[in-house]
Amino acid sequence: MKPTLGQQLDTQARRLVPAATTLILVLLAAVPSHVPGLARIVPLLALIGVYHWTAHRPDLMPARVVFAIGLFQDIIGGGPLGLYAAVFLLVHGGIVFQARFFVGKGFVVLWFGFALMSAAAAAAAWVVTALFHAALVDPTALVYQYLLTLGTFPILSRLFLRWHPVLVAES
Amino acid sequence: MEKPRLINRFVQPMRGLLHRFAYFGLIAAAFGLMIFGKVDALLMDRVRVHVVDAVAPILDALSRPAAAVDNAIVAGREFARIHEENATLRTEVEKLRQWESAARHLENENESLKTLLGWAPPPEAIFVTARVIADTGGTFVHSMIVGAGARDGVKKGLVVMTGEGLAGRIASVGNHSARLLLLTDLNSRIPAIVERTRTRAILVGDNTDRPRLVYLSDGGAVTASDRIVTSGHGGVFPPGLPIGVVISVAENGVLVKPFVERARLEFVRVVDFGLEGILEGSPPPRVEPAVRRRAARKEAAKPDEGTGR
Repeated sequence: MKPTLGQQLDTQARRLVPAATTLILVLLAAVPSHVPGLARIVPLLALIGVYHWTAHRPDLMPARVVFAIGLFQDIIGGGPLGLYAAVFLLVHGGIVFQARFFVGKGFVVLWFGFALMSAAAAAAAWVVTALFHAALVDPTALVYQYLLTLGTFPILSRLFLRWHPVLVAES
Repeated sequence: MEKPRLINRFVQPMRGLLHRFAYFGLIAAAFGLMIFGKVDALLMDRVRVHVVDAVAPILDALSRPAAAVDNAIVAGREFARIHEENATLRTEVEKLRQWESAARHLENENESLKTLLGWAPPPEAIFVTARVIADTGGTFVHSMIVGAGARDGVKKGLVVMTGEGLAGRIASVGNHSARLLLLTDLNSRIPAIVERTRTRAILVGDNTDRPRLVYLSDGGAVTASDRIVTSGHGGVFPPGLPIGVVISVAENGVLVKPFVERARLEFVRVVDFGLEGILEGSPPPRVEPAVRRRAARKEAAKPDEGTGR
């Protein structure tokens, strides 16, 4: 039976949830918090979105969407265009190519995987920035940003897990 | 389900190969963009401002609740310390009264000396007040997005200030949003001067909250708690804007604590001092500042011929 237009729109909207939530995370990270010192180490929320959805629903978070999210992060963040696009893609590729480790694992394993992946992401971003500006950036802030991102992961990931029933089943 | 399995045997590896190809293509595209952005920064900027312009209303809406919460917290804190604050303010008023009389005296003296010298005043500054709608933070860039753009008279290279002092300058401008490059950013270089000793230096941002003072003209006649102001060299910032105070003088550099605290930035003033300055992408100034000043003086000597500024 052919689904009605309303059903089709509904399905499409549900398919867009991972990409849309991650884009919103990019914007949320840019909200001025007015907390002294936080601006420099504000967690890289979009990475959580990319990681979570790639690990759980790689079909709804394909590489091209990851690329677009990374570009959006670069545009909003004001860094070199393409930096986070590359970094997010590396994380995405890491999960897709090591699917045996990530897919269908419990929360703690995923968190551990996130700790490794985001550390690699931070290191990659640091190296690329150093090459881009030909200057070494003080890594202290990066370490704190990494720790904060790691701490935010369970909160956001749990929230996203609740929305999984809303999404359409894997085709 | 017999047929699909047979097809899958051929299709799956092909699909995997295609996916891999697309994946590496996208990574190559990301690096390509980075290199392209390094070569043609202006084009990248144009793309960027359009996207930021498009999401500016969302950012503006998102930033309001955070600002409201912050205001409430500040109000509560102030209320708790109201007595203490009153006492300190009273002593401060006492002190400032004396300064006021000194300032009035100096102002009169300055005025009379200026007329004696036939001094040509710099052009009037025009300013736009803008709200900070995004603190794009991160460890690699120190910039913010403000909710005013070309439509409101904001131009690239304009000076951004608050009541406390210099915050940075406008790095790119959209139609109704603009990016503010903070003076702590890795790419920020500000010609500065030590107020007490008139030592020239360059204030260099390094993505920490404490920019460094380098290239001191007389090898470091600086001590902690010296005030640093803009020197006006280079013609981007007018001279005398307060930047910050020296907090430590060490072997590896002089650290400066800016007067403007990033977390406190909610409204900023984008000021057009009428300076053209040396900015990337803009043609070099035709007339040297000293020559221009001399020309202006000559202009002032013969009336009825404005400088056309």
